[in-house]
Amino acid sequence: MEETRVVLHKAGEIQPTSSREYEAAGGYAGLRKALADPDQIVDMIKASGLRGRGGAGFPTGLKMSFTKGASADKKYVVCNADEGEPGTNKDRVIMEEVPHRLIEGMVIAALGVGADQGYIYLRAEYPYVRTILEKALADARANGFLGRDILGSGFAFDIQLFIGAGAYVCGEETALLDSLEGKRGEPRVKPPYPGVAGLWGKPTLVNNVETLSNLPAIMEHGPEWFKSMGTEKFPGTKLFTLSGNVVNRGVYEFPVGITIRELFEVVGGGCPNGKRLYAIQTGGASGNIIPASLLDTPMDPESCAAAGATFGAGDLMFMDENCCLLDVLENLTEFFVKESCGKCCACREGNPQLLHLVQKFRHGTAQRGDLDLLVELGSAMTIGCLCGLGQAAPNPILSVVRFFPQVFTTSDAYAKEVS
Amino acid sequence: MEKAVHEGLRPRITEDVLKRVAEIAGRWRGRPDMLIPVLHEVQEVAGNGIPKEVAKAVSEAMGVPLAQIYSVQTFYSFFSKEPRGKILIRLCKTAPCHIKGTKRILEAFEQALGIEAGETTADGLFTLETCECIGACDVSPAALIDDTVYGHLTEEKVVELVQTLRQREQLNGGA
Repeated sequence: MEETRVVLHKAGEIQPTSSREYEAAGGYAGLRKALADPDQIVDMIKASGLRGRGGAGFPTGLKMSFTKGASADKKYVVCNADEGEPGTNKDRVIMEEVPHRLIEGMVIAALGVGADQGYIYLRAEYPYVRTILEKALADARANGFLGRDILGSGFAFDIQLFIGAGAYVCGEETALLDSLEGKRGEPRVKPPYPGVAGLWGKPTLVNNVETLSNLPAIMEHGPEWFKSMGTEKFPGTKLFTLSGNVVNRGVYEFPVGITIRELFEVVGGGCPNGKRLYAIQTGGASGNIIPASLLDTPMDPESCAAAGATFGAGDLMFMDENCCLLDVLENLTEFFVKESCGKCCACREGNPQLLHLVQKFRHGTAQRGDLDLLVELGSAMTIGCLCGLGQAAPNPILSVVRFFPQVFTTSDAYAKEVS
Repeated sequence: MEKAVHEGLRPRITEDVLKRVAEIAGRWRGRPDMLIPVLHEVQEVAGNGIPKEVAKAVSEAMGVPLAQIYSVQTFYSFFSKEPRGKILIRLCKTAPCHIKGTKRILEAFEQALGIEAGETTADGLFTLETCECIGACDVSPAALIDDTVYGHLTEEKVVELVQTLRQREQLNGGA
């Protein structure tokens, strides 16, 4: 099955850090068009229907319009390259193979909202990507794609690379901004949203790597072209990360709406060693776990939500028949216990209690009421936590309760007591 | 991950190291926003950790309260309050690696190094840590060793890898 490469266009075929090779392959054409009529940028992005590719799916043009409309002496564009969601490494591939597309996207975004300073917040776990980005940024500066007078237009914008220090929660945009300011990365209470009061209190556009990397093609080919791919509510392509028990693990770009079955069977090549597929975690560590019977679900946010799956950042972790879901849930919940920043009580205290309950089922010591408690606590966290981390942390558990209730009800002590 | 390091293993923070720390941090006096990049740089010259005397030197040179430094350094997993080994092994234990057998790989590392996760070898060469997703799900189970990803790990590969890293260090003049 052939990929539809928009963001990954020419990836692997050109020398990644060379703007000359990127340009020869059609790169920076979108920026040239954008420079001709900067006032149209935000409207074009709005018209394209582009939505965020970091997991939340917020309309990008609308987000840009908040920052564009805010009046301030200083505005920022921040690229969220803190790709911490377990089972996701699509942004890494973009930055490793076509870093200039990200740079081009950031310049277009800055031009659109009127920012003159940009940051790439790169996770510390990608030290080898840092080297590539540094080279690409230097090359872009040397060739007039960044700096005081971009391509002779008089527009000034530069990008600084900032290396995180290992914290999942910094993928949350306000936590990321606090981290950029040199503090603990704890999510802020919203509103105000970063679009109007972000970095240092100034209007700040925060976008994911893949989102920004979509801007050049939209500028070059227009919103209608973009809308011809993907679904009506979520146009364009998406980078999907396949991991776990699947033969061809990796990152693949396809139009939004491709089915999980196509990704698993045709692209992924099924489970290794002829094993049977048992479950799929969709949308990363904080996404829903669904049974193999839902393989025909299209990967778009609306279809996923209707089926009980999670679109997230397009991650699919496949689990074969040898996987124990309670073991996986224990692992996932340990992750959230460790990565909770501790700011809000619901997440700080809720996750250890979820873990305790999961472990009771795992070790066969769960009692009457424990399943209800698990669901009640999980549901309370989804509405009571301050940020997306805590709100989404119970998703895997709640989805297993829904789709695989036997995992809990057949756990030794619980089964004995309830029967 | 904050296990006590045996006192005897603790690399001495010499006057020279503190001077270099002050130099690095002093470049950003009055710029508290630069604390994270400074801590990254300082940690490299101070034995892969930021013990209290180093944090104090940063505090004085940058003009940032010690409490602020403590608050930041304890929040992020890449910073350590204790000095660590010369080579940092970060083994990913998150779900995509977990279901591909990280537990066995961890045991193999522990056996090959003679230490448990969170500890440093007696010669000060290796620190073994488990960490959350390093974004190498396409080659899991995987570890980030210093700046390099090692994927498709097996028990046999771990033994070889530890040997290779040891030999490399001996060639470079030892720990």
